[in-house]
Amino acid sequence: MSEFFTQAVLIAAVASGIRLAVPLLLASLGETYGQRSGVLNLGVDGIMLLGAFGGYYTVLKTDNVWLGLAMGIGVGVILGLVSAVISVTLKAEQGISGIGIYLFGLGMSDLLFQKLVGTPLPVGSFPKLDIPGLSDIPILGEMLFRHSIIVYVAFGLVPISMYIINRTTFGMNIRAVGENPEAADSLGVSVVRIRYLTVTIGGMMAGIAGAALAIDLGIFQQNLTNAQGFIAIALVYFGAWRPAGVMAGSLLYGFVNSVVLQFKTLGIIPRSWSDIAAMAPAIITILALVLVARRFRQPAALTKPFTRGT
Amino acid sequence: MAQAETNRRSRPKFVAYLVPLGAVVLALAIGAIMLSLLGANPVEGFRAMLDGAFGSGDALIETALKATPLLFVGVGITIAFRANVINIGGEGQMVAGALLATALALALPDLPAVVMLPTVLLAGIVGGAAWGAVPGALKAYYNVNEILSTIMLNVVAVQLMNFLLRGPMIDPGELERGTRIPQTARLQEGADLPLLFGNGRLHIGPLIAVLAAVAAYILLWRTPLGFRVRAVGLSPDAARYAGIPVKRTIVLAMTMSGAMSGLAGAVLVFGSESHRMVTDGSTVGFTGSAGFNGIVAALFGGLHPIWTIPASFMFGGLLVGGIALQRAVQVPSALIMALNGLVVVFVVASDRWKKRLQEQPARVDDTATDGPVLEAVVDDGGGGP
Repeated sequence: MSEFFTQAVLIAAVASGIRLAVPLLLASLGETYGQRSGVLNLGVDGIMLLGAFGGYYTVLKTDNVWLGLAMGIGVGVILGLVSAVISVTLKAEQGISGIGIYLFGLGMSDLLFQKLVGTPLPVGSFPKLDIPGLSDIPILGEMLFRHSIIVYVAFGLVPISMYIINRTTFGMNIRAVGENPEAADSLGVSVVRIRYLTVTIGGMMAGIAGAALAIDLGIFQQNLTNAQGFIAIALVYFGAWRPAGVMAGSLLYGFVNSVVLQFKTLGIIPRSWSDIAAMAPAIITILALVLVARRFRQPAALTKPFTRGT
Repeated sequence: MAQAETNRRSRPKFVAYLVPLGAVVLALAIGAIMLSLLGANPVEGFRAMLDGAFGSGDALIETALKATPLLFVGVGITIAFRANVINIGGEGQMVAGALLATALALALPDLPAVVMLPTVLLAGIVGGAAWGAVPGALKAYYNVNEILSTIMLNVVAVQLMNFLLRGPMIDPGELERGTRIPQTARLQEGADLPLLFGNGRLHIGPLIAVLAAVAAYILLWRTPLGFRVRAVGLSPDAARYAGIPVKRTIVLAMTMSGAMSGLAGAVLVFGSESHRMVTDGSTVGFTGSAGFNGIVAALFGGLHPIWTIPASFMFGGLLVGGIALQRAVQVPSALIMALNGLVVVFVVASDRWKKRLQEQPARVDDTATDGPVLEAVVDDGGGGP
């Protein structure tokens, strides 16, 4: 245990925790928009997987991580739109249709990988950006300001999302549609349009999250996300539907994962117990859900399709 | 009633049941496009599919075996959904049931066969029930969204399975040989599911599943408990006002739902050809996504246990045929998973249309067995209060 509490290991653990939080943060921020407007998109993990493959494949072919990220956005937008058609227009039961999207993404990304790539070839990763000045701060600088660009982008999206959801007309409409769609509708807000936008934003962010994950790791493999998309959905509950809360949850996850990883490398957790250690995120999520459910109320219209005149 | 019907457009009842079939056809059409893109002949593929699912006696047996876990899970899902609880945890509940049943079979190798089989099947029921009761209680008493808690418990179950099969429950032979394949030793023969015709593959699993469906039907529509479950699903407030213990009923419904999935898991283990429990590291490797596909079978069957029997058989055929298709035209098996996802999406998305058709005539003279309950249950579906 004492091996863990050395400065170098602790700094590495915090830095890698922040890095591991990024895909979760991106996906759960996106899901926040959808849930705030009353739509639970359970297909995040499937969209992440397809975004991950799209991003990975693009980088493999073009050697350009930004094109890879753009591909993640493209894949995410398309699948977000599809999800919106399914849950908003067709009014499918959201708890189940998302599982279908997940299975589709899980199978399809694997199929494409086997057909187009086959053997796992590594690709280049995001460039690092040491923030001038700040990165020279001892300890703190190493933990916080020596990351790849995508990390700053992801955390930068938190205040932007807070602003959009809390301070803009669009954000007000999102909240209105999620709390009381009938009232919003009667005031001339198009419930359908708002929900299409939020679910598409959610899909886009999931696509980015997947691409960021694959490019950051520099590889793709079957089920690369390992249920991170589902964790991301739970994080939205955990964060009580607020971007800052979602960020806190993502960071907690990143840290838990990074500590478990460090423990494994240092041999603090024996190899045979690594499966038990891998339960930690899911169990923490369940406990967190219990705590959150006592204090916060979910958007009143969450998972309820809207039909005018009922 | 009759007058009310003639006033409306009358449409035979079966039309509503064609909607999910149409959804499957649409999903398969997309599958045909994907096959063409992969350079395979879709016609040849679908012929192999049909043949592999229903083309021969052996094919029908395969289909029945594949349909068995779907039916168990589907029946369980029906019970939960009727109480307005969305149980997405079939996968984890199957694993939990299978693990407890397998552990018991390993721990009590000397039990005589007469006692052994009922004991291990009961263990499957108990394991699944426990895995279902937790999210049920969390929903009822702590207001935790059951969709999320069941998904998380799926994750926990798969890690538990990997831990147990790689460690405490691994076949000692695997350790001696150093191969370390994560699987148990061959389980006690007394726990093998008896074969129906003395030889071949068909064991009593499908029979148990059909009996379970009938039992669930009786439970839901012929017992006070079933009445309470449906009342809670229709309107928790009205049920509470009528003196029904709503919270306890929710927990019970989830427990029974989990029990069915747990039994499915046990039947998978003791009815398997290898008579071992094996993991490839994922839930899907053990369940074949039956925990999710059972939901689709249940929706297909209109959340009615009896109708879920043919629905599961059809869906089992789709899965068996999918494997035949994949072999015949040489495409990666991942395609089947992708198509499976499409079928789920399309069937769920078409569910609302089906209900709209059902809302037309011939509703009121339906006995209590169909109709209004279904509408309400699925309409209000989704998150907690």
